[in-house]
Amino acid sequence: MTFDYAPAPESRASVEIASDYGLFIDGEFSPSASGSSFVTVNPATEESLSSVAEAGSADVDRAVAAARRAYDTVWGPMPGRERAKYLFRIARIIQERSRELAVLESMDNGKPIKESRDVDLPLVAAHFFYHAGWADKLEHAGYGPAPQPLGVAAQVIPWNFPLLMLAWKVAPALACGNTVVVKPAETTPLTALAFADICRQADLPPGVVNILTGAGETGRLLVEHPDVNKVAFTGSTEVGRSIMRTLAGTDKRLTLELGGKAANIVFDDAPIDEAIEGIVNGIFFNQGHVCCAGSRLLVQESVAEDVLERLKARLSTLRLGDPLDKNTDIGAINSAEQLARINELAKSGQGEGAERWSAPCEIPERGWWFPPTVFTGVTQAHRIAREEIFGPVLSVLTFRTPDEAVQKANNTPYGLSAGIWTEKGSRILWMAQQLRAGVVWANTFNRFDPTSPFGGYKESGFGREGGLHGLGAYLKTEAVR
Amino acid sequence: MTHDRIGVRKTHKLFIGGAFPRSESGRTYEVATATGDFWSNASKASRKDARNAVIAARTGFSKWSAATAYNRGQVLYRIAEVMEDRRAQFIDEVMAGEGVDEAAARQQVDAAIDRWVWYAGWTDKIAQALGTANPVAGPYFNFSIPEPSGVVACVAPQASSLLGLVSVIAPVIASGNSVVAMASTERPIPAITLAEVMATSDVPAGVVNLLTGDPAEMLPWLASHADVNAVDLTGVTDRDLAISAEREAAGTIKRVLRPGPAADWDADPGMDRLRTFVEIKTVWHPMGI
Repeated sequence: MTFDYAPAPESRASVEIASDYGLFIDGEFSPSASGSSFVTVNPATEESLSSVAEAGSADVDRAVAAARRAYDTVWGPMPGRERAKYLFRIARIIQERSRELAVLESMDNGKPIKESRDVDLPLVAAHFFYHAGWADKLEHAGYGPAPQPLGVAAQVIPWNFPLLMLAWKVAPALACGNTVVVKPAETTPLTALAFADICRQADLPPGVVNILTGAGETGRLLVEHPDVNKVAFTGSTEVGRSIMRTLAGTDKRLTLELGGKAANIVFDDAPIDEAIEGIVNGIFFNQGHVCCAGSRLLVQESVAEDVLERLKARLSTLRLGDPLDKNTDIGAINSAEQLARINELAKSGQGEGAERWSAPCEIPERGWWFPPTVFTGVTQAHRIAREEIFGPVLSVLTFRTPDEAVQKANNTPYGLSAGIWTEKGSRILWMAQQLRAGVVWANTFNRFDPTSPFGGYKESGFGREGGLHGLGAYLKTEAVR
Repeated sequence: MTHDRIGVRKTHKLFIGGAFPRSESGRTYEVATATGDFWSNASKASRKDARNAVIAARTGFSKWSAATAYNRGQVLYRIAEVMEDRRAQFIDEVMAGEGVDEAAARQQVDAAIDRWVWYAGWTDKIAQALGTANPVAGPYFNFSIPEPSGVVACVAPQASSLLGLVSVIAPVIASGNSVVAMASTERPIPAITLAEVMATSDVPAGVVNLLTGDPAEMLPWLASHADVNAVDLTGVTDRDLAISAEREAAGTIKRVLRPGPAADWDADPGMDRLRTFVEIKTVWHPMGI
């Protein structure tokens, strides 16, 4: 039996995209000093969406100076209760404009509208709401009686959750009294630029939030700027390493949220139907463009066959295609470059002897796509079990005992997240204790909340975003003695 | 005719995995008192010794991090008790090494002992001070708890040979980490005596490893070692060495504590050192019937 769905595209009418955008510095849009710009495209159609200024060294200087001025004269001296009200305003405006922002995000990023609408945007608003309340209560957060802001924060945002990752960085920074210079990802600048407009609507003082579009070079100039006090980066472990090297010997504070290769562990007593949904959500949510994705499925041998059969059946019902269609489960791969990397790693999986299965779905003619794919017969030595693919590719391994599951799960230089599926509460807590990962989900996966700290162990980075612990990344605490 | 008794001098060795080996390199260096007199030959640890210490520390970590917080507190308090027994020896060594008078040395030793007592009391409170229950919007009990980062390599302060050393290693092991510490190069003797205290204080083998010698020789290998999780550069006085160590540490994204301004080891230590060497783990536990 097959189901045919009529197309149900979300209207683009709520979104207005300008033909070109400048840099948002000191409360105003202006072209880059060099006049150079680049084009951002819709990954589902390859159509150009807009031309965006590329910030160079003079622009970075100007943005950091604006942020410093705002920090010294307005935002730093402002009482927390007043800062809070700006953040509450921003949260409200995001709620009011959430449909527009969701459509824009799906167009620029390629993620399905049901994810941008139902996951990203509600969390973006929630993040500002949560942190707004902290702005005048920081002395109660456990960082000493009078915790102070750091100054100017340079924040480099990834392309997988463009507006949500901006919120994760901007909200706590502003709540703690810092000013920010944000560098959105090269392929997804549009919602950050829409956020600049939200700052305008909120009457946020000029210079508190500055947005510099550009590629890796812009990011490098920003984090190297001598008048930056804090660097927050989310992205690949490789770039994280180079930022850490760059900052060596400075007194800049740093937090890194990097790659992952999470184990999603299914025990034989797990509620299997729920687990199947959790596996799907773990690795195919956002096309697998998730640093905490459950990319290694560890399934107990006794149920492996059953789980795989049901998983493949479920994957065969996923709908891949137009991100703006409300029935779409799997959207577009964000860029040609990322697609090439996924293809390369998938090929290595076959080359190293794992067995590849891809869901039988039609691939649109234009745009960048990759079908949900499962590799079985994977060993721990295979590249697809070791390297972050950042795409809709699941590697399946099996285990017999809880000890073996722990050993395999921890056998990675990463340590961002992990999943556990079992009906036994004591086993959940025992496993959670053994796993060297910053976030452990039990009988769920890829769930986020502004009150819940997020961040990695080992090479997945350091520092936390969200919750009480996330504030620590933007506050001077007692001097280390 | 009577003779003055000739004293029995001690050979000062390294402390690795609960044992006291000489440097595998066979090297020693001359340690002088503050007045410049010969005191002892200390082992000059090599990069191989540093690597052996990391292996020992990894073994020590699995046992120590799995111990209950209560048990770790008991052990840290035991360290204070055994140090108290050797108070006179420590005072003599601090006087000789740092060139301070007896009153000043006594103050340093007493503060070092008291520092263990302070951290002994911390072990079972860290999770309460740094942990949270998070009110997520959904049917989950969501909590965050601190866990030790793993193996921590420390360069101990150069001037404050005992109190400084204790002040950097105690917060590291209090939360369940294991440590490879490089003692003050010119004043290593109290560190070796402290190792003897460790060996007799129920501290599991490998939890504390103490190396004497030149940090410039060992630190680059420890900072780049893939099985070291964090580096504490407090005692690094050479700026270039600190920068290169921080760069090396980036290879495996280690946690780095940079050398700060001259520390006042007599002041209340606060929580920052404890906070630096823990990871926060957040667990989403389902709720339902």
